[in-house]
Amino acid sequence: MAEFLQHCVNALVLGGTYALLGIGLTLIFGIMRVVNFTHGELYTFGAYMAFVLGSLLGLDFFLSLLLAATLGVALGAVIEFVLLRPLKGADIDTTMLVMIGAGIAMQASEQLTWGGVAKMVPHPFPPDPLVFGPVAVAPVRLFVLGVAVALLVAFYLLINRTRLGVAMRATFQDPDTAALMGVNKGLMYTLTFAIGSGLAAIAGALLAPIFLVYPTMGDLVSLKAFAIVILGGLGNIAGASIGGFVLAFVEEFGAGYLSSGYRDAMGFLLIIAVLILRPQGLFAAKERIG
Amino acid sequence: MSAALELEAAPALEVREVAVHFSGLVAIASMSFRVPEGRIVSLIGPNGAGKTTAFNVITGFLRPTKGSVLFRGTDITRLTPDRIAALGVVRTFQRTSIFAGCTVFDNVLTAMHLQGKAETWAALLRLPSARRETERQHVAVREILEFVGLTHRADELASNLAYGEQRLLGIAIALAASPKLILFDEPAAGLNPSETEEFMAVVKRIRDRGVTVLLVEHDMRMVMSISDLVVVLNHGRIIAEGPPEAIQSNPDVIRAYLGQGVKRAQA
Amino acid sequence: MTTDRMTTDRMTGPLLGWLFVLVMAVGPLWFGDLYVLHVLTSTGIFIIGAMSLNLLLGYTGQLSLGHIAFFGIGAYTSALLALGFDLDLGGSEPVVFGPKPVWVAFLGGILVAAFFGFLIGKLAFRVRGAYFVIVTISFAQVARMVALNWVDLTEGPMALSGIPPLSVWLPGQGVVPLYAKEYNYLIVLAVAVISFLVIQRLVDSRVGRAFVALRENEPLARSVGIDVTRYLVVATVIAAGMAGAAGGLYTHYIRIVDPDVFLFIYTVTMVIMVLTGGKGTLAGPVVGGLLFGIMPELLREVARPEVQWIVYGVAMIVVVFFVPRGIVPAVGGLWARTVAKRERPASATLVAGKETSA
Repeated sequence: MAEFLQHCVNALVLGGTYALLGIGLTLIFGIMRVVNFTHGELYTFGAYMAFVLGSLLGLDFFLSLLLAATLGVALGAVIEFVLLRPLKGADIDTTMLVMIGAGIAMQASEQLTWGGVAKMVPHPFPPDPLVFGPVAVAPVRLFVLGVAVALLVAFYLLINRTRLGVAMRATFQDPDTAALMGVNKGLMYTLTFAIGSGLAAIAGALLAPIFLVYPTMGDLVSLKAFAIVILGGLGNIAGASIGGFVLAFVEEFGAGYLSSGYRDAMGFLLIIAVLILRPQGLFAAKERIG
Repeated sequence: MSAALELEAAPALEVREVAVHFSGLVAIASMSFRVPEGRIVSLIGPNGAGKTTAFNVITGFLRPTKGSVLFRGTDITRLTPDRIAALGVVRTFQRTSIFAGCTVFDNVLTAMHLQGKAETWAALLRLPSARRETERQHVAVREILEFVGLTHRADELASNLAYGEQRLLGIAIALAASPKLILFDEPAAGLNPSETEEFMAVVKRIRDRGVTVLLVEHDMRMVMSISDLVVVLNHGRIIAEGPPEAIQSNPDVIRAYLGQGVKRAQA
Repeated sequence: MTTDRMTTDRMTGPLLGWLFVLVMAVGPLWFGDLYVLHVLTSTGIFIIGAMSLNLLLGYTGQLSLGHIAFFGIGAYTSALLALGFDLDLGGSEPVVFGPKPVWVAFLGGILVAAFFGFLIGKLAFRVRGAYFVIVTISFAQVARMVALNWVDLTEGPMALSGIPPLSVWLPGQGVVPLYAKEYNYLIVLAVAVISFLVIQRLVDSRVGRAFVALRENEPLARSVGIDVTRYLVVATVIAAGMAGAAGGLYTHYIRIVDPDVFLFIYTVTMVIMVLTGGKGTLAGPVVGGLLFGIMPELLREVARPEVQWIVYGVAMIVVVFFVPRGIVPAVGGLWARTVAKRERPASATLVAGKETSA
């Protein structure tokens, strides 16, 4: 029982960051129809920025988190502006290939800049775990979960309660009609990509003090984020949040009770299973013929 | 010969009480009509009346919620589009539909798929039978291009054709599948008057070869001049059916089209 | 296009092709540098993989980003069959498979890879577009996890080693293993030529036209009676088998195989080769493959390996932006325009020629 609860707590902490990754990606995919293969690299970027600001420059931990997220937003905006905007109207395969190219170049640049040795990011929380009955959890992990949940709520409010959110949802529903109603489509795409990237970067920065920071850390993250998006339903933000937690639980329990070696395979098996069993539930709308 | 008499004969196509609902929305309430063998039948109606939906149901691109479609007495309701095409029911598409990246010649050759038998192993071994088949098809392709008047464009990329030529290529592609029943979805849309004339001549020649034609078209002049029979659809229901002269004076039909005119004026 | 030029094209194409094969067969051996031979052998193996990917990506238009899985499955299957292995199927005694002759193993690798191609082809029709891409990537990742974790079978990260090389039977001497680089190079070249011919014949047939129809306009393809599901499966089976053959060549040449053969970056390398050379063209993967097979070796002299990946990434973006159709069609178009310019005075015969050509 104790082990079970411990797994639950671990899964919750992991699930929070997975959810952040998932909603960023679902937003980009849903609104822009872009399969963002740089998502994992933005996550890595966030982690390295946390390392640079917190560890090398010695900035305050919380300030460095905030700055890392901001830089992620900025980098996302640049990527959208330089690589995606000129491809306006291109099909999904084309943008996907460009994003793969960008992702590879980004990862290799990180490797070139930082070398292959993993970095540690210090944090100001006490190292001793907090014990709640049978479960122990490090304070820094609780902090990560707290921030993730706060961001999820903030994001939910942004989408549902602000004018920007209304414009985004309108663009999501029907970009052309939204444009007719006065929504600036180009700006909306840049903002979407920037916000999605910022969410990936903050997820990386949040996990940096828990895990190590290394150039290939984003490798599986893009793909896991896609698992989350597919689990939750395309463009479904609440679904992506839930999907993030579902994947975390499946991984944590799969690794705990089945085989730890297959931990990272769980997400992929889950995607394959979901797509085989319920592909019809995942398509947005049937295409009209003629 | 009266229309009533023709309907007595075994029809090429019979649509029986077909209904189509899209997540609660009724696209076709209940539709029944017959297309007699060897005739040109037009399916007309105001925008949104369900004509393209009807085409999609007949050719297997859409499963109807209710009802059935029979081709020469065979139920084809649940067949896939390629199986239906193999039986001889071939359609064209409302928007121009061609293999844009291929030459005009290859477009038609590709569409001769059903006339061929060569499978993977025959292709890999370059069996003589496969080679003879290809030669036969090359001859047939030239005939079809001649028929629609695209011979001089054979080596051009399909995407380089003018709009009217692309529409003709669409017809050539459908003909290459050797249809017994051919369905045209708004073939004259976007054509200029002389191209429309040319197209009408082609349709008549197709009928004269013994191919049954079902047409969805907005150009009333064209519909009335080439159809043997006209079926009028409005709000997913058939409101009239008969030879062109009878349809033109049918008060229900006039009202349906007038209604659309009023709506347009308001908008 | 005039009838004359059609015939000259039909003549010069294969002639140039066979001349190229001859140069590739004789040149490197005559040059005699073992390092050059090694680079060309690995490049050749990758070109076979790229050609097989092109069948899916270029001709049927399906972006399969798990293609390296077929390569890896072919490599592992061929290695295991050649080495022999035990399989614990839950019975009291593990089932023992003795070592098989290398060419039987090689064939087994092709068949098993083709079988997985069949499964993916079946799946491809249920999930399309971006979903298909994610599923194929996931498939390759799962394959890698299996190779890492099924230690009893694959040795996991310790890698399968001591894999026998390909062999030849000679009268009087029996089965002779071919360790020398020269032989491996020639075998790879031969398999590459066969693969090229297979694709060439397939593409110029009823089956190949069905592939292209699927790429160009799926509803239209269905409307003229092409069973797209079936032809998609045919394409994936052949492409997967061919990639499996490339994997088999790799495994018997390098003679060691570890789970890293399944890395995403190798799929990306093949994709870059196909895109740069020209997807949906016969020569594209060969041109792109030579370019990206040899370039890293040249870069190695002057830069760190990370630079190679940066170049790959940037190349991918540059190609998509500026040469979206690839080098072969771009050069071909340039060539056609030059010829057309030269022939303009004779345009009257050009029109006349159209009636009889095609």
